[in-house]
Amino acid sequence: MFEPKNNTNKLKSGIVVKSEPWVSKYRPKSVDEVAHQEEVVSALKKALDTGNLPHLLFYGPPGTGKTSAILAIANEIYGPELIKDRVLELNASDERGIDVVRNKIKNFANFAVNKTSGVNGKPGAVFKLIILDEADSMTSDAQAALRRTIESTSKTTRFCLLCNYISRIIDPLASRCAKFRFKPLETEAMIDKLKYISQKEQVNCDDSVYSAIQEVSGGDMRKAITYLQSSFRFYKDKRLTKDHIYDISGTIPPSVIESFMEACKSNSFDKLKTMVQGIISQGYPASQIISQLFDYIAMTKSITDKQKSHITIKIGEIDRNLIDGSEEFLQLFEIASFIMKQLTQMNID
Amino acid sequence: MLWIDKHKPNSLDLMDYHLDLSENLKNMIVGGDFPHLLVYGPTGAGKKTRILAILKEIYGPNALKIKIEHKSFKHPTSSKNIDVTMISSQFHIEINPGEAGTNDRLVIQTIIKEIAQSPPIDTAYFGSFKIVVLNEVDKLSKDAQHALRRTMEKSSSVCRLIMCCESTAKVIDPIKSRCLGIRIPAPTTSEMEKVLTKVAKAEKFDIPPKLMTNLITHANGNLRYALLLLEAHKAKGYPFQTCDLYQLDWEKYISMISGEITTDQTPEKLSSIRAKLYELIGHCIPPELIIKNLALELIKVVDQSVKFEIIYWASFYEHRMQLGSKPIFHLEAFVAKSMSLIKKHSSQMK
Repeated sequence: MFEPKNNTNKLKSGIVVKSEPWVSKYRPKSVDEVAHQEEVVSALKKALDTGNLPHLLFYGPPGTGKTSAILAIANEIYGPELIKDRVLELNASDERGIDVVRNKIKNFANFAVNKTSGVNGKPGAVFKLIILDEADSMTSDAQAALRRTIESTSKTTRFCLLCNYISRIIDPLASRCAKFRFKPLETEAMIDKLKYISQKEQVNCDDSVYSAIQEVSGGDMRKAITYLQSSFRFYKDKRLTKDHIYDISGTIPPSVIESFMEACKSNSFDKLKTMVQGIISQGYPASQIISQLFDYIAMTKSITDKQKSHITIKIGEIDRNLIDGSEEFLQLFEIASFIMKQLTQMNID
Repeated sequence: MLWIDKHKPNSLDLMDYHLDLSENLKNMIVGGDFPHLLVYGPTGAGKKTRILAILKEIYGPNALKIKIEHKSFKHPTSSKNIDVTMISSQFHIEINPGEAGTNDRLVIQTIIKEIAQSPPIDTAYFGSFKIVVLNEVDKLSKDAQHALRRTMEKSSSVCRLIMCCESTAKVIDPIKSRCLGIRIPAPTTSEMEKVLTKVAKAEKFDIPPKLMTNLITHANGNLRYALLLLEAHKAKGYPFQTCDLYQLDWEKYISMISGEITTDQTPEKLSSIRAKLYELIGHCIPPELIIKNLALELIKVVDQSVKFEIIYWASFYEHRMQLGSKPIFHLEAFVAKSMSLIKKHSSQMK
């Protein structure tokens, strides 16, 4: 069943190069390469030219290039060697309680360093960099402990906070930083990048695949690249099509949603029950059903505005219940019966 | 040995259904590019079986030589220890982080960091990495899931995660976007029939068609349950005396409660039902299942207009049950509510 061993050794040497996820392989190496964030890029480039940097706060939805941008900056300032001892990267997977802020961060921040020479003739920096990734998952106590540290060590250290939701960063911290908003990638920027990667990796597919990826990823570059790589690996020998992308991303085929609505129109609880059971046993996640159902309802003309508003309020409730950990079957059944009530009551009036 | 273990396929080639999925998985493994996986699907559809088969495909038969160990972690601030059961082979580790309760983040951080520090030496077959199998990721706290985010990226050169859960609703988006999601649907009727016939053939007996349909409707897509039912039925004597399967005790009990609710709606009845509910909980029937089955039983008998209400309140109390700590309150509240609904409806009728 398996290849003889000497053969696998050959394979193995290939693997080491290959198995790197494209997401990290094609991470921008310099600030210029960061896609689609023109304002941020131009501001950062100016800062880099002067060799000085304010404290930074990057915020925006996932996969828009926040981590990539700061890593690229660090790379340009310090080069691959110095980056190891001049940059402290902490993220949600590290212990980041108030103790860490008081000891680790403070100690690191207090060291002074020599001026570095910088890469490619860029002026170097006289400061170190502390990157706090996923800063919105830090407790507000820990954030409060940072306040004075940021100010008192600003001679030697710059902080960069990255987060999805700026509202979770306490005001005193936010006001000490230059804020940059990262926006979701627009269609062309994303498709260009995907095409570039496909070309490098010899992925064979046409334009409809790219637009499908763009559609399911919703402006999240990391998601898009992961989908591209996964579907390329998963359906190795076949030419990629739109359906493969939908499959990989866990999007539910429109026919399922249609049959859901069909059952809702039937006014029969037996049909409803079979349909919900069918969906559950197909393993479709209820949260995904609900979000696609929402799109479907919003776009359907035969449902009146009043019904739509009732149903969407309900969808909101159900979504919350699901996040709280309710049973999927009952919740789906409830939304189905609610829609059925709405739709059939209209017939009675 | 139970039939479910005895006849478990242990490689991707021996799988009985979802053949194209197995094919694609194999391609991926042979290609050597193995992303983190998130395997999801209903119970008894074969998630774990497939994960084990993947492990075997990657590391060869040695991956199935497993040992069980208990590991304890020291809590960083308090003096208590956290104990977790670990199933491991030379190449992979399987943990159920939910066991650690609120300290699951710690377990995840420690284990993955430990593994990332010691890459595997002998890389036989296709894996140049170790695999961590995490069960029931949907039971992980948000904290622990956030802790996984960057760890997954950083340690991806030495270890891969295979996560397994029933539903992806409770898995946070950043994790989903880092994994290749693999949906494993429940087997269809004909696929179930195929597997059951195959097992019966291996055990040298025949399944009468009536029994087959009964088994399949009863199991409702859960293959494990179907096999257990079949084995239990066979144990009662062969050739089969009857084609009727025993309804499970608790199922009978719930339909009894539903009957009581519909016949009589009084406070006395409510307190006698309470005793029954306690009995069910005492026998470790999950309260979610009780409320779900009770609601399904009730809508079989009540009037159409009441059905909407029953479903609404069932989902309402089930949600509260998840938030609260004592399920009995909410179960009883649901019973009382259904009684009042039925009573109101019947008095309106008069």
